[in-house]
Amino acid sequence: MNEPDVVVGIGGAAGDGVASAGNTLALSVARQGQAVYAYNSYQSVIRGGHSWLRLRISAKKPLNHGDQVDALVALNQDTLDRHLQELVAGGAVLYNSAKLQPAYAAPPGVQLCPLPVPDLTPAYRDLPVMQNTVAVGAVIHLMGLDFKGLESVLESTFAKKPQVVKTNVEAARAGYDYAVAHFTPLAKQLHATSQRWALVTGNELMAMGAAFAGCKFYCAYPMSPATHILEWLTAHAKELGICVRQVEDEISVINMAIGASHMGVRALCATSGGGFALMTEAVGLSGMLETPVVVVNVQRAGPSTGVPTKTEQADLNQAFGASQGDFPRIIMAPLSMPDCFAMPALAFNVADRYQCPVIILSDLLMGEGNETVDPALLDVDFEIDRGELITSPDGRGAAREPYLRYKDTPSGISPRAVPGVPGYLHVAASDEHDEDGVLISDVYTDTVRRKKMADKRSRKMADVLKHLPAPTLVGPADADVTLVGWGSTWGVISEAVERLNREGISANHLQIKFLVPFHVAEITAALSRSRKIIVVENNQSGQFARHLRAETGITAHGHIRKYDGEPFEPKHVVAGAREILERGTAVVEVLSTEPGWQTEHPTGTAGDWTGRAVATAHTSSVAT
Amino acid sequence: MATAVAVLDVKDFKPEVPPDWCPGCGDFGVLNGLFHACAELGRQPHEILVVSGIGCSSNLPGFFRSYGVHSLHGRALPFATGAKLSNHEMTVIVTGGDGDGYGIGLNHFIQAMRRNIDLTYIVMNNEIYGLTTGQVSPTSETGMITKTTPHGNLEGMLNPIALALASGCGYIARGFSGQPKHLQKLYADAVRYPGFALVDVFSPCVTFNKHNTYDWFRKRVYRLEDTAHDSTDFHAAMDRALEWGEKIPIGLFYRNPNPRPTLHTDDPGLQAGVLVRQAAGVGRAERQKLIAEFT
Repeated sequence: MNEPDVVVGIGGAAGDGVASAGNTLALSVARQGQAVYAYNSYQSVIRGGHSWLRLRISAKKPLNHGDQVDALVALNQDTLDRHLQELVAGGAVLYNSAKLQPAYAAPPGVQLCPLPVPDLTPAYRDLPVMQNTVAVGAVIHLMGLDFKGLESVLESTFAKKPQVVKTNVEAARAGYDYAVAHFTPLAKQLHATSQRWALVTGNELMAMGAAFAGCKFYCAYPMSPATHILEWLTAHAKELGICVRQVEDEISVINMAIGASHMGVRALCATSGGGFALMTEAVGLSGMLETPVVVVNVQRAGPSTGVPTKTEQADLNQAFGASQGDFPRIIMAPLSMPDCFAMPALAFNVADRYQCPVIILSDLLMGEGNETVDPALLDVDFEIDRGELITSPDGRGAAREPYLRYKDTPSGISPRAVPGVPGYLHVAASDEHDEDGVLISDVYTDTVRRKKMADKRSRKMADVLKHLPAPTLVGPADADVTLVGWGSTWGVISEAVERLNREGISANHLQIKFLVPFHVAEITAALSRSRKIIVVENNQSGQFARHLRAETGITAHGHIRKYDGEPFEPKHVVAGAREILERGTAVVEVLSTEPGWQTEHPTGTAGDWTGRAVATAHTSSVAT
Repeated sequence: MATAVAVLDVKDFKPEVPPDWCPGCGDFGVLNGLFHACAELGRQPHEILVVSGIGCSSNLPGFFRSYGVHSLHGRALPFATGAKLSNHEMTVIVTGGDGDGYGIGLNHFIQAMRRNIDLTYIVMNNEIYGLTTGQVSPTSETGMITKTTPHGNLEGMLNPIALALASGCGYIARGFSGQPKHLQKLYADAVRYPGFALVDVFSPCVTFNKHNTYDWFRKRVYRLEDTAHDSTDFHAAMDRALEWGEKIPIGLFYRNPNPRPTLHTDDPGLQAGVLVRQAAGVGRAERQKLIAEFT
């Protein structure tokens, strides 16, 4: 952890180009061997509002977006007013001095870096967004990196328009040179390395990972924050030979995916909680037909329409309870963006092997966050296990016994013939059916056959766990406190545990990836020596803590929960753990208070216990 | 069509399981017509997939010898769409009732016609909810008394023929289960039509619909083939679609003389051929090209 990391915050209104400036910056530093983790806190508006992107940049791969700001690129006055006070000593704030002025004094040790943008690029007169290019050029210098990474990104971004390349490179160069001549570099300086990085989002990785794992059919209805999976697959459908369709609603989506899968292709669909609610009935169809399907829920803050652009982990109960009746299902949650890449392959393999629905619980934090990944780790030829799938008439002897699609086998898995193969005619029915597929639903109380078929299906779950690696405790075995999380909180809890140990609190970490089936024995054993168990999750009611108790009987001693729309930062978890350990608090609810926001949206919070310096003196000067 | 080699017999499509519909149900006529049509078409049972929703009529795949799926209420069309896109060499026939297709599944019906997926959709339209024992349906006549409309149906009748015309459906026909020979021809032509084809069938519910009985239909229906109707004329078809009352047309309303491309012919992902036969996964060179887009 000796490599310095710099957090750059870029803020503006929607339409100011926050995301594209951030993308340019991220790619530029990645091309100089810097790893990036970025999170954009934005609103569901196309123009206006406030968009706040933080990029944590370091030669050592960051696992989350951090909890401070070293350099601020303010694209509008609102951003300058809100975030100037958050900068740490040694930091710098960059802004277009022709347009913006700080409304209050910068915190001690923070450098003001006014950029006279109209003087630096003549293109600004017609194209205000050129201020972003100038600022990105300047901030690259302040971090200690050279210009060539940015230049190459601008060249590739605008490759088809040489004049645009020239204009942008000149503007960026002017910003860079102006910073060399007028500003002091940041206290923390980055050093270029030769590591190559791919800059990806969890959604893109989920899509590409699915394609590499043999996905041949994808359909979806556009829904934030899952839409980019559809967009990546659509963009690559033709070259990869994947049928990708946008469909009228999520009911149609999942039924179409199951229909495609029924014929023998690997089919995927993705949505967020509201769309998943519509899919619910067909999750059970997959269970009953024993036709595999993989469904991704990129969770956002609910309920109902909820907060479409904010993150949450509150759809766990929804996944547990999706569809009526008892049937085998598998539920898994990636722990990081790179995990989003590998998960579809595993999900497809177990879906095919156990002929059941698999639900992947991603979330907005991973789905839309940006992270750098070693490209070598993405070049994976995934093992494809189709399970007991019959795709040709071979292997059927002359003495044919009638084919039983739902044969009652010891494993519960019945060899699955796909329609089109001669010799295996059958009807697959959503009604309860016998081994040959013939309905027993209309037969007067056939208790024996009904129970036999329900048992056959449920028996399949008995050995699913052997395909799913058990979680392991990370950190000192004899720790004072164990932090338990699931899914996307892995990176932030990992860093918090490191910090707690540095601060003299012995802590370890258990992160859960597989929710159903649950590694009861392994998790019970891992937690058996824990003195204090704290469950960290991004929801209000502690859905995972209840699941842990239901499955293992283990009741956590404390809970750190966050459901204000924003993801955890390491300091939240550190402060929450301290609060529980030192004061015996049962449930700590974390609130990300942005001091400058309180004038607009009074939250009534007196202070910020999480440790952020609340610059109360400045709140009155916020202009909106 | 050159593929119609009549080497198959009706018995090739008859399974051991007999239908459990009420004696006299219109659906027997629908099924009989389908046996004959499939024998005529010359497709082997394993080359045919019959997908249904839920309802009395949706039990049909269980009484037909081919590959079959008895899916969810109202969702047969999306299921069948996914199936067809995955293996477009299969003949995919979708069956169901008016509640299934015109009620709970109506959105999918319109979307399937709009996207011109190459399916044949047979709707056994009995103007009532039969399996749930006699509630009002989207195609029940205004004023009709049912269990849930004791004072008469206040709502208007859905007109599937006019709706299909407006939604871009390229083959639109209506039959009557009292005339299975006629149905056989409509089905066979519908399957041969390259694109979405609708065959709406008056299929009387002898138990719960005492209004739209066999006699009621026999008195009213007349065949468009017996008139000067031009089934390539969209506007003429719309005029006929709106006829209801003392005289009700059956037969071929409309066949688009210039069929639009079907969804599977133009889908970018299907250009290499039948999806289910494509190799799964991505080769090394292609993987590296995709990864490079992120660097």
